[in-house]
Amino acid sequence: MEHTNWNGFVKGVWQDEINVRDFIQTNYKEYTGDDSFLAEATPRTKNLMKKLQQLFALERQFGGVLDIDTATVSSLTSYSPGYLDKENELIVGLQTNRPLKRGVNPFGGMRMVKQACEAYGYKLSNKVEEEFRFRTTHNEGVYRAYTDEMRAARKCHVLTGLPDAYGRGRIIGDYRRVALYGVDKLIAEKQKDKKKLAEGVFTTEQVRLDEELYQQIAFLGYMKEMAQMYGYDISQPAANAREAIQWTYFAYLASIKEQNGAAMSLGRVSTFFDIYFERDIANGTLTEEGAQELMDDFVMKLRMARHLRTPEYNELFGGDPMWITEAVGGMGEDGRTLVTKSSFRMLNTLYTLGSSPEPNLTVLWSTSLPANFKKFCAKVSADTDSIQYENDDVMRPLYGDDYAIACCVSAMKIGKQMQFFGARCNLAKLMLIAINGGYDTSSKMHIGPQMPVMDVEKLDFDEVMARFDTYLAWMMHLYVNTMNVIHYMHDKYAYEKTQMALHDTDVHRFMAFGIAGLSVVADSLSAIKFANVRPIKNEDGFISEFETTGDFPKYGNDDDRVDLLAKDMTHRVITELRKTPAYRNAEHTLSVLTITSNVMYGKNTAATPDGRAAGAPFAPGANPMHNREENGALASLNSVAKLSYDDCRDGISNTFSITPEALGREEEERINNLVMILDGYFAKKAHHINVNVMNRETLMKAYEDPEAYPNLTIRVSGYAVNFHKLSKEQQREVISRTFHEAV
Amino acid sequence: MDSVKGYVHSIQSLGTLDGPGVRFVVFLQGCNLRCGCCHNPDTWAMSGGTEYTAGQIVEKAVRYREYFGAEGGITISGGEPLLQAEFVQAVFALCHEKGINTCLDTSGSIWNDAVKAALQETDRVLLDIKYTSESQYRDYVGCSLQAPLDFLAYLNEQEIPVTLRQVTIPTLNDNEETILAFKAIAEKHSCVDKTELLPFRKICQVKYDKMGLKFRFAHLPEPTRDCMNELNRILSK
Repeated sequence: MEHTNWNGFVKGVWQDEINVRDFIQTNYKEYTGDDSFLAEATPRTKNLMKKLQQLFALERQFGGVLDIDTATVSSLTSYSPGYLDKENELIVGLQTNRPLKRGVNPFGGMRMVKQACEAYGYKLSNKVEEEFRFRTTHNEGVYRAYTDEMRAARKCHVLTGLPDAYGRGRIIGDYRRVALYGVDKLIAEKQKDKKKLAEGVFTTEQVRLDEELYQQIAFLGYMKEMAQMYGYDISQPAANAREAIQWTYFAYLASIKEQNGAAMSLGRVSTFFDIYFERDIANGTLTEEGAQELMDDFVMKLRMARHLRTPEYNELFGGDPMWITEAVGGMGEDGRTLVTKSSFRMLNTLYTLGSSPEPNLTVLWSTSLPANFKKFCAKVSADTDSIQYENDDVMRPLYGDDYAIACCVSAMKIGKQMQFFGARCNLAKLMLIAINGGYDTSSKMHIGPQMPVMDVEKLDFDEVMARFDTYLAWMMHLYVNTMNVIHYMHDKYAYEKTQMALHDTDVHRFMAFGIAGLSVVADSLSAIKFANVRPIKNEDGFISEFETTGDFPKYGNDDDRVDLLAKDMTHRVITELRKTPAYRNAEHTLSVLTITSNVMYGKNTAATPDGRAAGAPFAPGANPMHNREENGALASLNSVAKLSYDDCRDGISNTFSITPEALGREEEERINNLVMILDGYFAKKAHHINVNVMNRETLMKAYEDPEAYPNLTIRVSGYAVNFHKLSKEQQREVISRTFHEAV
Repeated sequence: MDSVKGYVHSIQSLGTLDGPGVRFVVFLQGCNLRCGCCHNPDTWAMSGGTEYTAGQIVEKAVRYREYFGAEGGITISGGEPLLQAEFVQAVFALCHEKGINTCLDTSGSIWNDAVKAALQETDRVLLDIKYTSESQYRDYVGCSLQAPLDFLAYLNEQEIPVTLRQVTIPTLNDNEETILAFKAIAEKHSCVDKTELLPFRKICQVKYDKMGLKFRFAHLPEPTRDCMNELNRILSK
């Protein structure tokens, strides 16, 4: 196929099939130079950003939510067009008709929407409730099928954060397809797929897929209508860089209008855009300033994306995140780097627009990345605390070179793989339930197989492990079944029509499970193995405390005796999970990630044998428990690096805070040393790291006087937040984390 | 060589301030000097410390080689590491077998054959010239200025690269005269390829308090940023 809007591009198979990767590979220009070419923000950008900052300030004053349209159900075409500044915007489109105004999206669940409105002083319109009276929401569907045991597991917080009352998210549409091919071509391809389906046998699977294709095609049509409302015809391929960004953004916008998933990630667009920038710059229609301006305007739009959440939701996922994750950099399978000038331009938005948690900028790090790019990343990290890094050398062999990250650490091939998000299991609580023979002392609930409380003077490692295995087997079976219910119902009542239209019809599915409290469990098992742990019973005869005497190795000190206990635990969990088949033949994966829920998980968990007090927060993600690291930063990194990505394919999150002084005396030294730390950590096959370069004092000041630090951004656990948007409790926990200091 | 024993005060897996690049830093126990500005009084005692063999130290260091790159490596500091020169020599020799760069942080106040042997395995020396007057050396360090100068002359002869360092302490050595004298020493020795002025810090007060020791320079202020900038300007002129 040929198209005039493709003039100037190198030809390839991408013209005859939907294949964005091939388009990128045949057309992109790698860049190994430094950041000196970058342009600053133009006066137009600055004015627009000032306007936006004022709106952000207003939103803060209003308690975190500027406005809610309580009468209109969010969808692609339900709002009239909205603008920040119609005359001056280069890229247009808002979720509702006004900037930062949130829509209501009851498809996931009505109760959450009602509560969220009420929490901010609004009332959901009767009209919306009426419209949904004869409609089943995802949440209603789930609760029709949940068993008593599933409800109990949820209630006692051994399974938490399950996407059973809101959109599951974590699906990345290949939004670039709209720019490269135009919507008409995408519709035509889906129609072909649908027709082909009719030639086969109509099993349950096939019928479901057939209906899904119908919906996908319908929503591609609505996407065109939505763009039309803004005066754009996106039926054809984008003709220039501005259109490429606009088309891509419309596709993303359609998705976040349709879905309120927890993580609505963007994918990997920078190098794709670069091809259009290069073409326009070569034909004289665009300057470097103009290219940065387009990138800035696009990113500004992303920073305005909002979903309406309840306070309980914020407890789990603090800071109002959208996880608009954009993967930057990485290497190609042919050995060329995928770093382009636009990789720099994307990171440069943290300077042109100031630091910010969104989009969730994720550098795909390879030890082979160009040295100049590595240095630029390290500099931006040290200046803004807004970047996370993930190991391209570990992921590329599994996902190729056109994958992206959903949420924090979930890798998938763009447009070819999707995942069923599954929150996490509280592993520390499960250990306590096992020791108590099926009883949770914090919720006072009996759950799981019932057996006697372990009645010993000193806990024996082998006996505890045998118990633990029994409860792991029970829990993981229940966990898979629970997820199967959730995702069956989500597909049935809240299917992602827009995002799945931007996937191949034949898609590979992951089912992403998670664990919290890994470091608590590892240290507890180490205490049981190497020290003396005496269980103490409460008046009801259940073990609620422990007296631990003697020293024991602690995770975070590069000590194999305990680090391998942590590694082994992840292996046991994924092995158990795999024993129960997942819905739609999904492939089981596991993450060690908590978001900010480590605080809430800790709150709901009794005292543990490692000496952690009842209610005290867990460490986030795969982090060692704070202040148990005695051998410095690299020892801590080495411990985390031992966890195996083979067992934890949905990602291993590590959050790392270091003071500037500990990185070196002068700026250049600091940058070089940070590069060395990243190179070393990833050479050890670690998966992920959030980097903060800051002093604890800054956070303490921001804790006392939030108004003075409106833009203070900090990486927490797979994402970044504006510090002031965290609850006071979450802020205290972040402050108490280990800051690696100069000695 | 593997089994040579040493007494270690502590180990830091990430050091960026003691030698080039990212370094694994081993602080040895025991010091022959009592510098007024010392920020590690807990390393003074000649007894105590954790016993390690050279082999055990290198086994640990090797776990960090991925972070070292072309510049980084191991640094042995103290205390005064050359009080355990045989141990330093053994650790460094084993490091060299593994291709790990070695760096020694010393006061240059110990001199014997074991020290010479250790220096044969040393890729870089971080040498403190604490003051540039003999009287200050006597009063605030407890040895003669001649000791580090002789040490430096030997390093120069052996062509071992040196980073020359001085802790800047207000009222004692934060003046142009000292800096120029310090600079002259550096320029006189071609082995010195880097100089560093380190601002005097009092965060160690808590350590002194905890140990019930008097911090001799507790009454002196920390240098201001402006002061450091000015002295660095003079030094690099």
